[in-house]
Amino acid sequence: MNGESRAASRGQIWFEALTGQNGIVPGGPASVRRGDAPLGNETARFLAVVPDPENRFPRARDGEVGLQEAWTLAKYVRETIDADANGTRRPIIALVDVTSQAYGRREELLGIHLACAAAADAYATARLAGHPVIALLVGRAMSGAFLAHGYQANRILALDDPGVLVHAMGKEAAARVTLRSVAELEKLGETILPMSYDIRTYAKLGILHKLIEGVNADAPSAGEVERIRGELLAAASDARSSPNDLRSRLSSAAAQENRAASIEVRRRLTEQWSAT
Amino acid sequence: MSTAVPDLERFLTRRSFIELSARDRAEALLDAGSYHELLGPFDRLHSPWLPMQGIVPQEDDGVIVARGRIDGQPAVVAAIESAFQGGSIGEVAGAKIACALELARQDHEQGIPTRPVLLLETGGVRLQEANLGLAVIAEIQAAIVALRRHVPVVAVIAGMVGCFGGMSLAAALCSHLIVTRQARLGMNGPEVIEQEAGLEELDASDRRLIWSLIGGEQRHAVGLADTLVEDDADAIAESVRDAFRRGLPNQHRSEQVKLFLERLAAIDPSKPLDGKALRALWGKGAKA
Repeated sequence: MNGESRAASRGQIWFEALTGQNGIVPGGPASVRRGDAPLGNETARFLAVVPDPENRFPRARDGEVGLQEAWTLAKYVRETIDADANGTRRPIIALVDVTSQAYGRREELLGIHLACAAAADAYATARLAGHPVIALLVGRAMSGAFLAHGYQANRILALDDPGVLVHAMGKEAAARVTLRSVAELEKLGETILPMSYDIRTYAKLGILHKLIEGVNADAPSAGEVERIRGELLAAASDARSSPNDLRSRLSSAAAQENRAASIEVRRRLTEQWSAT
Repeated sequence: MSTAVPDLERFLTRRSFIELSARDRAEALLDAGSYHELLGPFDRLHSPWLPMQGIVPQEDDGVIVARGRIDGQPAVVAAIESAFQGGSIGEVAGAKIACALELARQDHEQGIPTRPVLLLETGGVRLQEANLGLAVIAEIQAAIVALRRHVPVVAVIAGMVGCFGGMSLAAALCSHLIVTRQARLGMNGPEVIEQEAGLEELDASDRRLIWSLIGGEQRHAVGLADTLVEDDADAIAESVRDAFRRGLPNQHRSEQVKLFLERLAAIDPSKPLDGKALRALWGKGAKA
């Protein structure tokens, strides 16, 4: 990075807008923001991963989920579970703007797969413990980074914005691996829904709880932030009155249409299972 | 290295597990005669997305789900066939694994002690089904976390593909991980790291280097895998039975947040670190 001041990341913008705090935790990495802030009549825990040009792990300086980020997310989620073990389980809000997992030799050696698993485990455990876990996609939700931070949520919300992307691999890398050009890949995404990067096509898969239109993702107004708070609250309340697994991702109207194969596999496997 | 004669005999008579198909691997782990495949090729449930891209699908989508018995107890094995699309996880393949794990959990809730085993041989998400592959891997992970409260979820990575991408997280969530020396376990494949971070970060063609970082023996030596076993179908079946006899760990590896944050804090990323040096830090007999 050069000496110019860098623009705040989407994760940071939304973290600050929703909590009124910068979320830097003393003794913790500056790349993981944590804060408890009001949501409706209760307090919710907000978490975000943001770029940190000073990150002591060089391969995790641009908003990637690296070793420290993933283990720290696990810590901050688990401390919430422990704190609420005998009381109301507060909502946990994952603000998702993650470019990828950290790619590096050291990361592999030190078990980044386990670190990201630990974060996913913590979120899943929170969900099973009765915390409404809500992911709000405000930027990129890429691959293993999204698995670690957001994909275990009861409900996934997303801003309808061109900068909100979901995918298993960055465009350039996916083009190289599949021996296609980026342009070909984009064209393919128009007809083959799961290949697409944009959030409107992703919404057709039925996994999103809600695609929220008409919000400035880079510079939200006070009114827009308030609207998002309302959406988070509604999603948390919906999660509380539903089973604590991920089945809602298969029951939406969009999923009935575009995840028909998933539904059919489950129907027939269940049938054959009980027949044995 | 000297080889004792009984070892040589054993070597000559063993049946390689790596060379078996996913179907034969699953059968080798189940008690003799108990194998029963669910959603087999005649159910014709293939990927709806591959034909749209001119790729011939396979009628089991590269995942075998088999019920049977392990040590006399009901069991289910989900085995990934690496010969089909590199063992990649598409919508159907992933849904089979996720649903099998969910049904095993339902069995436990009804008092049926079904033992779950995953045979992981996969590059991760099938890029032709990108977002549905990723979504279903999240569902597999959710299912493992919910199931391992009842029973150990046992995973085997035998090789030669190894276990990568989102499925490496699934492996890390399992209660007991069995590996061979031929296995590799990593989040990002070496080729991807070389592409994303450059040759100076990692030379993906340097096999010795790759195995020294993420190979089965290394993973076992630093405590990121539980059992290291020879490429022998009988030995692997025995290690699976043994994993269930041991029962649930006091704490799953992916719950050991404090330990791993302390370990990370002790690492200086400005200094080089290799597999051997990590064994000295994290291996058995290393200072806690």
